[in-house]
Amino acid sequence: MEASGARMRLGRNRAPVSERTRSERRLGWLLCAPAVIAMLLVTAYPIGYAVVLSLQDVDLRFPEEGGFVGLDNYVAVLTSELWWTDLLNTVFIMVVTVAIELVLGMLIALVMYRAIFGRGLVRTVVLIPYGIVTVVAAFAWFYAFNPDTGFVNNLPLIGDETSWFGERFSAFAVIILAEVWKTTPFMALLLLAGLTTIDSGLYEAARVDGANAWQRFWKITLPLMKPAILVALLFRTLDAFRVFDTIFIMTRGAQDTESVSILGFSQLISRLNLGLGSAVSVLIFLCVLLIAFVFVRWFGVRMAEGRPGA
Amino acid sequence: MTLNWFVGTQPGGTIQEVAKRCTEQSNGEYTINVELLPTDASQQREQLVRRLGAEDSNVDLIGMDVIWTAEFANAGWLREFTGEDAERVTKDVFDSVIESASFEGKLYGAPFNTNTQLLWYRTDQVDEPPETWAEMIDEAERIGGFIQVQANRYEGFTVWVNAMIESAGTQILSGPEEVDLEEGSTTEALAMIGRLANSPAAPRDISTSNEDTARLGFEAGDSPFMLNYTFAYASAQANAPEVAKNMGAAVFPSVVKGEPGRPPLGGFNIGVSSFSEHPDEAFDAAACISSPESQLIATKLDGLPPSNETLYRDPVVRKAFPGFAKDVADSVRAAAPRPTTPAYTDLSLAIQRSLHPPDSINPDDPKPAYDKLYEAVSDAVKREGLL
Repeated sequence: MEASGARMRLGRNRAPVSERTRSERRLGWLLCAPAVIAMLLVTAYPIGYAVVLSLQDVDLRFPEEGGFVGLDNYVAVLTSELWWTDLLNTVFIMVVTVAIELVLGMLIALVMYRAIFGRGLVRTVVLIPYGIVTVVAAFAWFYAFNPDTGFVNNLPLIGDETSWFGERFSAFAVIILAEVWKTTPFMALLLLAGLTTIDSGLYEAARVDGANAWQRFWKITLPLMKPAILVALLFRTLDAFRVFDTIFIMTRGAQDTESVSILGFSQLISRLNLGLGSAVSVLIFLCVLLIAFVFVRWFGVRMAEGRPGA
Repeated sequence: MTLNWFVGTQPGGTIQEVAKRCTEQSNGEYTINVELLPTDASQQREQLVRRLGAEDSNVDLIGMDVIWTAEFANAGWLREFTGEDAERVTKDVFDSVIESASFEGKLYGAPFNTNTQLLWYRTDQVDEPPETWAEMIDEAERIGGFIQVQANRYEGFTVWVNAMIESAGTQILSGPEEVDLEEGSTTEALAMIGRLANSPAAPRDISTSNEDTARLGFEAGDSPFMLNYTFAYASAQANAPEVAKNMGAAVFPSVVKGEPGRPPLGGFNIGVSSFSEHPDEAFDAAACISSPESQLIATKLDGLPPSNETLYRDPVVRKAFPGFAKDVADSVRAAAPRPTTPAYTDLSLAIQRSLHPPDSINPDDPKPAYDKLYEAVSDAVKREGLL
């Protein structure tokens, strides 16, 4: 984003563009117009509509009532203890899952990269969890930990009567485990892509200079992978912030494990209170924007610095 | 002409059988096409309200949980049953069931099956079924076994809380937007919930328990007591014949000695959608689906109690509920329906949020739980705040 902006400013300072360049640009716009229009229809319209709804008192169950209420819905959400508890829960799940996934994903990426035989097989096997529908994966873990049907309580060192979903932190632990299991492969795949871009000559040179494996990882692999790591972190953080399926299946938000997405669902789908629910959705959207902004703005600058020759 | 019937699935095949029978009976007037919804009532509602909110004319007949009547009727999604249509579907039906199909004095559903919770107990461990919750908890603690209830954070918890509050002699609402919750009786009911949840008689998984974990717990043999719907009997017979042999049924215990217990009321009524393009045929079909013959199909195939009072002497019912058909009828008669309000979902969420987990209620000092409940319920009926 930054880079292209800079280039455009440069272009403006130069001599006026030729007729040919201008018509090429027009053609460019025409060619991407269908995509832009489709994007506007499927994303901008619903987002705009949600913003409009969030300023109104709309309840599907009371079709006659309603009207413009200004920021009342936002005040109701932001002054509610529930919103802040759920936001904290969401951030907690997000930070813990992404941190674990980064470490595990890096290890798996290194294994996939180094695998000498059966490379294709290793990569396929690692990807299986990511190929499973989240709801199905959530059910599988739910039944595994359910005291009535699960095998987990029969394992050694685990109490036979442990009610995993009956307490807040054990429920969090299972939710995070299921999330990590499901999406670590995605992280690993993005990191693997970063790994393969590193010039192997650098390692050879480092070896000649007497750097050991640990030094090579910290001095070569990590700095050169920074852009890939940041992209992987950004994608996963945004994903993790919207966590819904796993919690919905496992606790439906009980024992204080509710995420903001579940909160939005309760207002919109269960209560049919479209005004309040849209306010929650818009606030979630703003949080997501903020996360993306922080990543692009703050880490993005360093991303460019980390690139060799930049 | 085809009528679409949106209804929750029943494992025994009742829905398909009833649809087939009524299609045949109509002599070509209509064909009932079944659109099956999930087994979980909250998920059924989520799918239905999206269609009804969008005024979907594909919906003709609706299998309505008893708690949806006020919400659907108030939103203008249901046609009222009047005159002969109303008369033929309410003949011989329990008053409590008719009440569950009505809103503001108008009838919006044809009663199909009803349902109620009985107190199931082990005749080999307990001599006489307890009359009160206090006696039952004492007895379970003495035996060293559990009392199985439904206290996960879901509709089933609201069912239990409502039954306890009603059994203590008060009610949650006195009108669609008027909170009752008389303090003395309500705190008594809450203290009893807290007492069980904090007692050794509470199963370890009480805060995640539902109808199914309750029956599994009872079938495992370490629970002398269980509050559950009638399906629990057939289930025990199939899965734990040793337990089923010693299974007794009684009416829901009371909270205050000398007062009657007020059991939960469940069941489904058949509504006719406002957006149906074939209302006349739909009313005929609703009458057929809710007829005594159809109710007996539901009893025979899925063990669902009829909503028709006179059917409890029928051999089909006696066979499905061997020795306890009368208890089921008594229980439906004594049952306390959940509050009638268009904001029912808000109310139920508020109850679940303020009282879950049940062991958070201090049995020696239930006042804080009461205050929390009162505030949450007062906001909920006005549809205010996040839930």
